[in-house]
Amino acid sequence: MIDHILSILIFFPALAAMFGFMIHKDSMRAYGVAVASIEFALSLWLWFAFDSNVAGMQFMEELALIPSFGINYILGVDGISLFIIVMASFFTMIGIASLTDTPNVKNMIITLLFLQMTMIGVFVALDAIVFYVFWELSLVPMLYIIGAWGGPRRIYASVKFFLYTFAGSLVMLVGMLFMAYFYQQATGEWSFAILDWYRLILPESFQLWLFAAFFIGFAIKVPMFPFHTWLPYAHGQAPTIGSVILAAVLLKMGTYAFIRFSLPMFPDAAVFFMFPIAILAIIMIIYTAMVAYAQEDVKQVVAYSSVSHMGVIVLGTFALNVEGISGSVFLMIAHGVVSGALFLLVGVIYDRRHTKMMNQFGGLAHVMPRYATIFGLMLMASVGMPLTINFVGEFLSLLGFYQQSHILTLLAGVAIVVGAIYMLAAYKKMFFGEITIEENRNLPDVNKRELLALIPLSIITVWLGIYPKPILEPINNSVESVVQLMHDKAQTHEAKSRIPNLIEGIEITRTSAGEAH
Amino acid sequence: MLEPVNVSMESLNLMTLSPMLIPIIGALLILVIDMVKGGLDKTLYVVISLLFLVMDFAALSNASSIFTQSGTIMGVFDVMLIDGLAILSQFIIVGASMLFIPLALTHKRFHEFSYPEFFALFMFMISGFQFMVATDNLILIFVGLETSSLALYTLIAMHNRDKSFEAAVKYFTMGALAAGFFSFGSMVFYALTGSIEINEIAKVLAANGYVDIGFVLVAVVFLLAAFAFKLSLVPFHTWAPDVYEGSSAAMAGYMSIVPKIAAFVVAMRLFEFLIHSGVVWLEIVLYAFVVITMTAANLWALVQTDVKRMLAYSSVSHAGFVMAAILIGTTQSNSALFLYWILFSFTNLGSFSMLWMSRQKHLPDHQRSDHSYDKFAGMIKTAPMAAVIMALFMLSLAGLPPFALFWGKLYMISSAVTGGYTVLALIMALNSAIAGYYYLKLIVYMFMKEPVVGNDGHVYVSNATLALKSIIGFAAVGTIFAFLALNPLLEFVTAFVYNSGY
Repeated sequence: MIDHILSILIFFPALAAMFGFMIHKDSMRAYGVAVASIEFALSLWLWFAFDSNVAGMQFMEELALIPSFGINYILGVDGISLFIIVMASFFTMIGIASLTDTPNVKNMIITLLFLQMTMIGVFVALDAIVFYVFWELSLVPMLYIIGAWGGPRRIYASVKFFLYTFAGSLVMLVGMLFMAYFYQQATGEWSFAILDWYRLILPESFQLWLFAAFFIGFAIKVPMFPFHTWLPYAHGQAPTIGSVILAAVLLKMGTYAFIRFSLPMFPDAAVFFMFPIAILAIIMIIYTAMVAYAQEDVKQVVAYSSVSHMGVIVLGTFALNVEGISGSVFLMIAHGVVSGALFLLVGVIYDRRHTKMMNQFGGLAHVMPRYATIFGLMLMASVGMPLTINFVGEFLSLLGFYQQSHILTLLAGVAIVVGAIYMLAAYKKMFFGEITIEENRNLPDVNKRELLALIPLSIITVWLGIYPKPILEPINNSVESVVQLMHDKAQTHEAKSRIPNLIEGIEITRTSAGEAH
Repeated sequence: MLEPVNVSMESLNLMTLSPMLIPIIGALLILVIDMVKGGLDKTLYVVISLLFLVMDFAALSNASSIFTQSGTIMGVFDVMLIDGLAILSQFIIVGASMLFIPLALTHKRFHEFSYPEFFALFMFMISGFQFMVATDNLILIFVGLETSSLALYTLIAMHNRDKSFEAAVKYFTMGALAAGFFSFGSMVFYALTGSIEINEIAKVLAANGYVDIGFVLVAVVFLLAAFAFKLSLVPFHTWAPDVYEGSSAAMAGYMSIVPKIAAFVVAMRLFEFLIHSGVVWLEIVLYAFVVITMTAANLWALVQTDVKRMLAYSSVSHAGFVMAAILIGTTQSNSALFLYWILFSFTNLGSFSMLWMSRQKHLPDHQRSDHSYDKFAGMIKTAPMAAVIMALFMLSLAGLPPFALFWGKLYMISSAVTGGYTVLALIMALNSAIAGYYYLKLIVYMFMKEPVVGNDGHVYVSNATLALKSIIGFAAVGTIFAFLALNPLLEFVTAFVYNSGY
């Protein structure tokens, strides 16, 4: 069974969702929690069985799908994807468990279970087309969640979300088809397997174009600076559960894909585009932080701060060394935990007051002390206070990028510090001062169901902030092999020097780089 | 004194005619039955048609196994040409017809199905299409084209509504013009080369090195216009939405598939050799046709308020997308054309059948057309199963993986990439994104809006019978699980296309 754990992880929620149509709607929540808990237990089992000393892919599965066109069902997991999988199943579980009174709860839970299938699928797929299938399929449940349970402008928001991502990924699809074509030119065989593509060394000019095609698809998903406009709408209109999953898991697909596709496949192009992307990332950090400061809706503050921190992840990824990439992978987990928790917290207050405007609050610390404490903790984590989970990731990401450019790192570091301002300002507006609005006087504090979701998140935030080794080590091992692969594949002199060689003393020189044509 | 013509029956190879003769016999049988005893129920005719289509399919399977063994077969004074293209397209024609004919078994009674002539004409039409694809003789193509078109005009008019007469007359006029263009283009080719067989024309033109390029272009212009009419390429598409709106939804779905594949095959036979022999002008014009058809039809589809008209424009756009295969002209692209069309026929017939199943005889006051978007508002609440299936077809049409049409798009775009048409590949991809919007619009109505007051969901299945439901179920299963059948399908199609020399 452990040999097929990845397939089970993908298809168990889908199967359960299909059976879910038969369940009576009053019992649906229990069913959803049960299924999601089993799924989470399975993902923990995967973690347990995972050998963290192995850098390569584990639990590989392979099944011929369309062999004549090189499309196969290939799955595998390594240190980079493992924890995102665990996190995805964790968030689905607590998301369903903390679901408040929702109309049509049955449809919601079935949709969430389908969404879980696509999320896991994206992170374990090792065939570009299988990856693409899950990547695209994940849009449909999210479209429905935003469009059916969202706020007043939900239809605009959901359609914008769908079309933006859909358009970007079609460009990426063309890139994938080119990649397969080049592979076919070089070897005579069609293949969409990512591990096969890793072995293909392309001339730099080809890499630049392909990198750009993939970049559009990924950057929209992240979302990178000029393509980010769909996200505030989606977050603003989505129900709490939608925002949580979107921020915690779906956005990570983009940054994960950078590490899985762009870096190892196009190392020269990655070096070529390193500074432009870093500048975009820094604009993203600073600009969205400033926008966040101007917001009056607390959910928008969290949404923009979430985008801002995605910028740090991108920056760390494009440091192109072990510290930066490990840091960014770690920060993906951290960002998922923290921004997921923040969206849950916003949902808590929204359920009580049915408003997210900060001027409607004030002095909440008096009436909801537990709520204020957890919010405070998550806020500190979000601004990257030491001994919280975000700090480790941000520190490593910046450390990695420091080796490439001092100035840009300094800018990003300052921007993160500035980021603290708007978060603290928001906190001040909501929690401190006198209670000005009468309705706020009798708000109940967080209840048991909400604590069920928030306490584990708080524990993780502090625990991994103090002792990140259990997950940092496997990440590190896998990232090292990616970086080494990039170094070996790099052809230009600059790329060779920018991407560190991890095997000391053995300088692998490639005198004649194999070319696709 | 002329020699008496001596023809041995073996050299005629009459077996090549059998797939076309079967529906003709079926049609005649239906007429005879009607003559002997009138007033029989439509179920009888449906089943008889179905039986003959099954026999037709069996004859085609026989022809395909002969083709795999001994290659292209010529027959009847070398007029009939049974190659891979002919067999593949006949499979699509007969298969789609088999899916179409049970749609006549609706719950409500509709005018056209009470006439046995409807079924007789239908079978004549099929044999017309089969003749059209199974020859490279321009005259026989013309005969097949006219047989099928005239039958089709009548079938549309039999729907017996104001708009269907309009549609039939419009289609007829446009079709007559296209027929004129076709015959003029053929005439110019005959004048140039002294032959009406496409491969002879190709040989003669190649032998004289295209000296009369001007006249070749004149012929190409006329033939291109004729096929652009048939394939509803922009700007020759104007009949399509009106005709689709006027005919019954089932017939509209049928028209978006079968007549077009026949026209595609002829266009492939005709234009492929011209493009490969370097008629640059044709390449440029086809490129423009493809891009404009895809894009413009997509933009028009965005603003439609009726689902059937939207699907009509979307069919136009799909035709443009597939036309790219003929422009690219590699084995991969031609295989992609057939693959795409097989997958498209499942999905599109399914979605039109969903409309057909919800066809009302009388429109309520708030509804302006047969299938306005409003009608589908809140469908998930009133008829969840139907809504999910409809959404499935829409997502498949939009090219969302892993549903059927995605694989067609994937292979088609890949063939553009492989053929060196990078920009075209990007345009195709971005057009799929534009198309996403209008398919999504229906999903938005179905899943995210509140139902119109007084709509209890019965309307979506008002026409449902077991036959309709099975067809839709079949199409839905085909749409979801297409990826399982894809590898054998792809190998089959590629082998047939490759062995026919395309």
